[in-house]
Amino acid sequence: MFGYYLDLAWRSLKRTPILTGLMVLAIGLGIGASMTMLTVLHVMTDDPMPGRSAQLYVPHLNPLPLKGNFFANGYDPSDHLTWPDAMALLKAHRARRQAALAAGYLLVRPAAADLRTFYVSGRYTTVDFFAMFGVPFEHGSSWNEAEDSANAHVVVLADSLARKLFGDTDAIGKMVRLGENDFRVVGITTDWHPSPLFYADERAKRYADRDLFFLPLSTAVDLNLNTDGSVDSWGKMPNGDMRSATTAWLQFWVQLDGPTQAAAYKRFLIDYSAEQKSLGRFQRPATDATLYSLMGWLAHENLVPGDVRLQMWLALGFLLVCMVNVLALLLAKFLRRSGEISVRRALGARRRDIFVQFGIESAVIGVAGGVLGVLISELGLWSVRHRPDDYAHIARMDASMLLTTLALAVFASTMAGLLPAWRACRVVPALQLKTL
Amino acid sequence: MQIRPILSTLRHHKLTATLLTLQVAFTCAIVCNVAFMVAKRVQRISVPTGIAENELSVIHSVGIGKGENMQARQTTDLAALRAIPGVRSAAAVSYSLPLNQNESSSGICPSKQALDRAIQLNSIDGSGCVQPALYDGTPGLIVTLGLHLVAGRDFLPGEYVSKGKPAVAIVTRALAEKLYPGRPALGQNMYDGDNFIRIVGIVDTLLRPALRKPGVDADSMIWPQRPDDTGVTYVLRSAPQDRQRVLTAAEAALLQANPNRIVDPQQMQTYTQIRRGYFQRDTTMIGLLIASALGLLFVTALGIAGLANFWVQQRTRSIGIRRAIGATRGDILHYFQAENFLIVTAGVAIGALLAIGLNLLLMTQYELPRLPLWYLPVGALALWALGQLSVLSPARRAAAVQPVVATRSV
Repeated sequence: MFGYYLDLAWRSLKRTPILTGLMVLAIGLGIGASMTMLTVLHVMTDDPMPGRSAQLYVPHLNPLPLKGNFFANGYDPSDHLTWPDAMALLKAHRARRQAALAAGYLLVRPAAADLRTFYVSGRYTTVDFFAMFGVPFEHGSSWNEAEDSANAHVVVLADSLARKLFGDTDAIGKMVRLGENDFRVVGITTDWHPSPLFYADERAKRYADRDLFFLPLSTAVDLNLNTDGSVDSWGKMPNGDMRSATTAWLQFWVQLDGPTQAAAYKRFLIDYSAEQKSLGRFQRPATDATLYSLMGWLAHENLVPGDVRLQMWLALGFLLVCMVNVLALLLAKFLRRSGEISVRRALGARRRDIFVQFGIESAVIGVAGGVLGVLISELGLWSVRHRPDDYAHIARMDASMLLTTLALAVFASTMAGLLPAWRACRVVPALQLKTL
Repeated sequence: MQIRPILSTLRHHKLTATLLTLQVAFTCAIVCNVAFMVAKRVQRISVPTGIAENELSVIHSVGIGKGENMQARQTTDLAALRAIPGVRSAAAVSYSLPLNQNESSSGICPSKQALDRAIQLNSIDGSGCVQPALYDGTPGLIVTLGLHLVAGRDFLPGEYVSKGKPAVAIVTRALAEKLYPGRPALGQNMYDGDNFIRIVGIVDTLLRPALRKPGVDADSMIWPQRPDDTGVTYVLRSAPQDRQRVLTAAEAALLQANPNRIVDPQQMQTYTQIRRGYFQRDTTMIGLLIASALGLLFVTALGIAGLANFWVQQRTRSIGIRRAIGATRGDILHYFQAENFLIVTAGVAIGALLAIGLNLLLMTQYELPRLPLWYLPVGALALWALGQLSVLSPARRAAAVQPVVATRSV
């Protein structure tokens, strides 16, 4: 019967080409707009570390004084750690792996005469960073624990920077001049950049930035290298001393295996805060200390701009109006065929048969609308990619979103077709037959 | 025109009519809010900065040589820049310009007592102190930016400092009125916690580098502090059409004066580009909002026309009968127009309520102000017009039905 109903649907749609076109267009526009924005939202809230994200956590301490307005810049300074706190957590070594990190921005002075000096972004961090985030190395390896604490002048370069500086020759062991100091290259990573760059702070363009060098945090602090992130101080002016106990500027990540370890680590954070409070350093309740999972942290950081959410709601509102529109048109169309329905009913078709027949007709419109919707959302995403925002370049539809689009289109139009189909199958044949 | 027969017909198509009403209602609610958001954004992006926007270009330079005397460097650079044909004036600033997002701000109090109040309150709010954006720069900045001095004077050469804090400042009118309400601000001594700073001039408007909210966006203060970092931003004033050429020449001139520097092409812009960049998201949003409002109206118009078409076809026979028993073409035309008017009226009535509800929802999520009520009648008028336009062609087709149809079996 399915083939027959499909044939009936086709004939019926062909009879009213303009109306059919309108319905397909309405669904296509609604689906296209919604899927463009849902895809943008999907890629923006995607897991940056599939397979690892469940083990990664961010400890959150609150060393801020009780009084004062700390949120003028639109973020919470206690999202970052102070140097003493980060060092204490590192030394305690309560997690499987832990790393403190901060953004760096340094001048590269290439040895090659044909290259001009340029600035490059990277990360100051501690040794566990590489193993914890699974940074893939092309040559060499990270620096070791001894170098980590000894302020060693070593650096790990990303492949593209190494190539730019040293061409195709092996860069391991070579020296590179960053700022005013020479660093020995110990490792080359592949061009690794999780999207979003989840470990960067709110100053970064987290969908566009990438790190091209990594060097030990202790070295950076020792040499007083440029940091490129938020630096918030309270209390007495610490005069640019990054080791100050009242300056928050470090990000901190830990790797924990499973919820038991996470719970234990959270307890450790609360104990640490209580200790700091008893020492008079912290003023806020110790229970303010908490632990974010990676995805929880991204939600807390609220990476998706309000405008993007607004655009999504707008698109969904548009889809709603389109659906109501299609619903009304289908209803009018189906009820107009009361005569035909009554004849079929009189010839023995059950209500269910009528329902299925009209359901299929709406689904056909849905599929056509879905295909149009995919085209329109590809167009929409293309226009999103031409925006100058940092997330623009990742706005691409993947297979799962493509299927979602089609499914949503068929689902929406079948839903829109349900009520008309139901009304159609409730038509009382006798009344209609009399008027024929 | 009788309403009762229309109502009784609509009662036969209760569901379809309800759906159409709902569609009009949703459209009305969304379009009213969208129009309001567009108006807000347009207002936001057309805020005046107070500077000669279309005559300015900006170029950024970072010195990478060691132990350079930055002051001497700037003087040479500025001389080289002023020598470029077409450049009327030039000045250097550390990094802040209106709408370039690089803001430096600091708490300023109208008096020492106000600062004590702020310390007591542990907050700047309610103490009389404010947090203006700070602009610095070399001599000639006021002229180069094209700022309009409404009182007082420009800085004297002796007032410029390179290290430490200057003792004088020029403030915007908005800041002056906020610090010294009802009093002349010129000559007053502001207190920043360490020093007194005397107001020697007042400019009409100077917007902050980064907008916060309407009440504080014009709180700015300029003081005669020369930039003293390796990175410095040069501001050039020229005729609008010369700006691109001047920028290219400026890059060459700077590199010629001293090749030991980085001139980032990303930070070599006309002020128009800076402004456009700052409001990029808003302009995108305005485009999207307008497109979606037009899309909604389009779909709704299609819906109305499609349905009306259907009804006309369905009622061809009854139209024929009405015509046969004496109804004129005008009667039939008006019948469909009135029917549409009733549906749209019901739609906009519900839509007005939905619009207010939607606005309340948006207010909690997006810091949007309350929707002015006059948007609702305007929205209603628009939808009435839209409804009448879309129903016109089906209604005319209905009016063209011949009375003889009544005698035929359909």
